[in-house]
Amino acid sequence: MADKITLEIARYSPEQDVKPSFATYEVPVYKEWVVLDALNHIKDKVDGSLTYRWSCRMGICGSCGMMVNGEPKLACATFLSSYAHNGNKIRVEPLRYFPVIRDLVTELSDFLVKLKKVKPWLIRKEKPALGQGEFLQTPDQLENYKQFSMCINCTLCYSACPVVGLDPIFVGPAAIALAQRYNMDSRDQGADERIAVLAHPEGIWGCTFVGECTRVCPKHVDPAGAIQQYKLRAVMDWVKSFVMPRAS
Amino acid sequence: MPVAKPAAAPSKPIRAKVVPIYSEFHPRWYRPRVSVYWWLGQWQYLKFILRELSSVFVAAFVVVTLFQLRALRQGPEAYARFQHWMQTPFAIALSVISFFFVMLHTITWFNLAPRAMPIRVRGKRVPEFLVAAPNYVIWLVVSVAVAWLVLK
Amino acid sequence: MDASSHDILLVGGGGAGLRAAIAAAEVNPKLSIAVVSKVYPMRSHTVSAEGGAAGVVKPDDSLDEHAYDTISGGDWLCDQDAVEAFIKEAPEELMQLEHWGCPWSREPDGHIAVRAFGGMKKRRTWFAADKTGFHMLHTLFQTTLKYAPIVRYDEWFVTKLLVDEGRVQGVVAIELMSGRIQAITAKAVILCTGGCGRVFPFTTNANIKNGDGMALAYRAGAPLKDMEFVQYHPTGLPFTGILITEAARAEGGYMLNKDGYRYLQDYNLGQPQPKPVLRSMELGPRDRLSQAFVKEDQKGRTIETPYGSIVHLDLRHLGEKVINSKLPFVRELCLKYQNIDPVKELIPVRPVVHYMMGGVSTDIQGATPLAGLFAAGEVACVSINGANRLGSNSLPECLVFGARAGKAAAYLAAEQKPANGAVMAQANDEKRRLESQFLFKTGGRERIATIREEMQKTVEKCAGIYREGAALHDGAAELRKLQERFEDIALDDRSRTFNTELESVLELGFMLDVAESIVQCALHRTESRGAHQRTDFPARDDAKFLAHSLVYRNSDGSSRVEYLPVKITRWPPGERVYGEPQEQPQALPARKAG
Repeated sequence: MADKITLEIARYSPEQDVKPSFATYEVPVYKEWVVLDALNHIKDKVDGSLTYRWSCRMGICGSCGMMVNGEPKLACATFLSSYAHNGNKIRVEPLRYFPVIRDLVTELSDFLVKLKKVKPWLIRKEKPALGQGEFLQTPDQLENYKQFSMCINCTLCYSACPVVGLDPIFVGPAAIALAQRYNMDSRDQGADERIAVLAHPEGIWGCTFVGECTRVCPKHVDPAGAIQQYKLRAVMDWVKSFVMPRAS
Repeated sequence: MPVAKPAAAPSKPIRAKVVPIYSEFHPRWYRPRVSVYWWLGQWQYLKFILRELSSVFVAAFVVVTLFQLRALRQGPEAYARFQHWMQTPFAIALSVISFFFVMLHTITWFNLAPRAMPIRVRGKRVPEFLVAAPNYVIWLVVSVAVAWLVLK
Repeated sequence: MDASSHDILLVGGGGAGLRAAIAAAEVNPKLSIAVVSKVYPMRSHTVSAEGGAAGVVKPDDSLDEHAYDTISGGDWLCDQDAVEAFIKEAPEELMQLEHWGCPWSREPDGHIAVRAFGGMKKRRTWFAADKTGFHMLHTLFQTTLKYAPIVRYDEWFVTKLLVDEGRVQGVVAIELMSGRIQAITAKAVILCTGGCGRVFPFTTNANIKNGDGMALAYRAGAPLKDMEFVQYHPTGLPFTGILITEAARAEGGYMLNKDGYRYLQDYNLGQPQPKPVLRSMELGPRDRLSQAFVKEDQKGRTIETPYGSIVHLDLRHLGEKVINSKLPFVRELCLKYQNIDPVKELIPVRPVVHYMMGGVSTDIQGATPLAGLFAAGEVACVSINGANRLGSNSLPECLVFGARAGKAAAYLAAEQKPANGAVMAQANDEKRRLESQFLFKTGGRERIATIREEMQKTVEKCAGIYREGAALHDGAAELRKLQERFEDIALDDRSRTFNTELESVLELGFMLDVAESIVQCALHRTESRGAHQRTDFPARDDAKFLAHSLVYRNSDGSSRVEYLPVKITRWPPGERVYGEPQEQPQALPARKAG
C-alpha cells in the first residue's frame, strides 16, 4: 500500500465561479482511513474552505454521499486503501443529477418533495386507540417489507439512475421503495392512495429497470426490485378493477 | 458570458446586459447538463442500452419469421426466393446479430424476472436463481424439441 | 433584517424534536410549528442508536421495577417524580410509535418482542433489529410529513436565543445554503439539539453533537444541570469511536484483557456464567465497566494500539448464525469500518463518551426556568437518568419528554403574546457580531482543528472517567486559555454559501462553554457518584450531595455552581448492588477501588 494518495476534488463557490473546477491535494493513506478522513484532514490542516456534509461516519445518517471515481459512494464507507496502488488518484465530485450548492454539497429539497409526495406514513382508515395494544405482526410479515425500510435517504440511487438525470420529474428509486415499504406493511391500509400518486409516467412507469440504483445502494434496499414489484402490483390492481370492480 | 465579480474594475468594457451569476443570499446552484451520450459514460449504462436495443432485433426476428410464413403460404417458388434472400450476406449478418440480441434479451429477462416477484416459502425468500431456473429449463426443453423436429 | 415568526420553534429535528412537533400539532392544529435543524432531520444522531427502548409491557414486569432499576442505576440522583411519570408514559409512547408504523421486532405470535439490557433486571427493551434509533427516527420523520402545521427549516444553524422581558422570544439563525442571517421569532422555543459528545476525543457521537442547545441556553441565562455526569460506553471502536452495542454483550459476548481473561470478575460484578446473567459481569451498568477498563489500563493489562489502549470483545463463541440474525449490524460495522470479522476475530474496544446525563435544567413538563424556553431529549436534564443512565432509557426519554415539552409549549403558545420588536435589535447585533468576529475578520493565527483537539485532550484528561481536584483546576485554567485563543481564530472560508467552517467555529465556541460547565460542576462535586468518580473523594456523600449541580453563567462570563435537592418520593437512597441477587451488598461508605 502506498503511503500517500492524490485527491482531485471538485470545487465550486458560486460567489467566484461559474462552474466547478478541480483542486488537487495529497493525503496520507492509513489502513483505517476512508475518503471522509482524507477530506477532514484537508479541511483541518490544509484548506478550511473545503465544503462537504458528514455526520455519523458510520453509514447510517446518509449525509456523506459523493461521486468517488465516477461511482456514487458514501465517503465514510470508502477506504482510501482500495484506491492506493500504482499512483491511482481519487476523483471526488458531488453527487450527480443534483444541483450543486457548493463544492461537494448538493441541493436536496426536490428529493424531499418527492419523498413527501408518495405519502410515506402508515395510513389507517380509522385511528387506533392506544389502549388496544400493538397491531399484531408476525416476524414473517415484518420480513416482507423490512428490506425496503432500511433506506437511509443517502440519494446515491438518484445519482445512479439515468432516468433521474434525464427526467427531473421522475419520482425516483428511494421514494418509490419507501412507498412500497408501506404498501407491504401488514398494518397499512393506504396502498390505493399511493397507487393513485405513483401509477403515472413520472411514477413507477418512468422506471426502465436499469438496476443501477440497487447496485449502488449501501444498505441493500433493492429499490429496483421494489419498483418492479410495485409495477406488477399496479398491473394486477388494474386488471382486478376490470374483472372484479367491486372487490376493493 | 460576463461574470459579475465582487471586486475590482473590469478590464474589458461591460456589455449592456450583465447577468450576475451570484447575488447576495441567492447563490446560483450549478446544474450540469446531462449529455446526449450519457449512455457511453459507464459500462452498466451501455449494457442497459444494449438490453433495451435487443427488443428491436427481437422485433426484426419476428418480422423475418412473418415473411417466412408468408413465403410458405405463397408456394415453393416464393419460398425458394425467400431462402435465397436468407443466404445473402445482409440476411446472414442480420440473423447472426439478431440471434445474439435475442439471446441477450431472453437471458436478461429471465434473470430480472425474479426481482419483480419475490417468492417466499415457509418465510424464507427463495433465491433468485431458483426462480429463474424453471424458465431456462423450459427454454432448453422447447429448443431441443424444436431442433429435433426441424433437423430430423 | 428579515424575520419570520411562528408559534413554536424547535431547535433540532431528532427524536425529541420531531416528537415534540407532532405533539404540539396534535394539541392545536392551528399552531404554526417550525423545526429548525442544522442538518436534515433524518441525519440527526438519533438515527445511530442501536440497542433498544425500554418500556414495561410484559405481564411479568411492573412499573415499579423499571423505576427502581432506573433510580438505583442512576445512583439515586434521579428525580423520582420524573422517573415515575417517565416509566408510565414510556410504553404508551413506544406503542404510539408502533401505531405510526415503527417496525418493532416481534415474537412469533406477533406481539412486541423485548430483550435483556444492561442494568435492567427484567426483559423490557423493545427493539427493531439492531437499528432501533434509525427506525424510530425515520418513522417519526415520515409521520411529521403528514402534519401541515409543521414547517421545516432544514440546514439552518441557530446561533443565539433572543431573550427580552425575561422570556425567550425566538432565535437568530443562519440559512447555511445562502448565508442569510435571520431572526425567527416564536412564542415558545424547545431545544432538542442532543448531547455534547464531541467535547471529548473518543466518542460515539456524530460530528453534529456539539452541545449547541446547552450553550445557547447557558448563554441566555438558563442553568445547566448535572453537567459533570458524562456517560462512557464501555465498548467503542478505537479511532472511529463507533459504538459496539450493548446487545453484543446481552447476546453473550465476553470482554477480555490482554491475557484473554474475563477481567470484570475482579471488579465486584459477579462471576462468569455460561449464559449472560442480567445485571452481572458484561451486563453490569456501563459506568462500572468503563471504570474497570481504566483500572485494567493502570495495571498495564490492556493492549496498546496507535489509536489508544484497548481490550477485546469476543463474540466468536456465539457462532455465525446467531451473529447474523441477532447482531447483523455489529458484524457489518466491524467489517465495513475496521475490516474485522467478529465471527472469526476479536473486536478492539475501549470506553468512549456516549451520552450526556446533564443538560439544560428542566422540570417534568420540559420547561426551563427561563420563560418560553423548553428542552427535551439528551440536551435536557429532567433528571431521570441521575448520575448514570441505563441503556435503552434514552430513546423513550426523547419520546416522553419530547411529547411533554411539545404539549406544554403548545399550551403556552396559545396564551402567549407574539415577540416584541425589541428583539430585532438584538438580532441585528448578533448578525454584526457574526460578520465582524468571523466572516470579515483577518489576521487570526489559530486554526479551528488545533483548538478543538486541545480542548478534547484537556477535557478527557481532567474530566474523564476518573477525576481529581488538582487536575480539574488545571483543566479549567487550560480551557480559559483556549477561550482566549479562540478569539484569535481566522477562517479560510469567507464565502456566504454553505460555510461549514463558520459552522465549525460556532460549534467550537459552544463546545468551549459546555466544556467549562462540565469541569466546573466536576470540580465542585466533592464526592463520587455514578459516572462522576473522584479519586480524591471516593465515597458517595448523600448528606451534602444528594442534589443536582446547577451551573449558571455570570454576566462577566464566569460561572457559578449551585445545588438543587433531588426529589425523593418512594425509594430512599440505597447502595448500588451488582451481580447475583444473593451477593452481599458492599458496606457503606467504602466502595472498593474498581
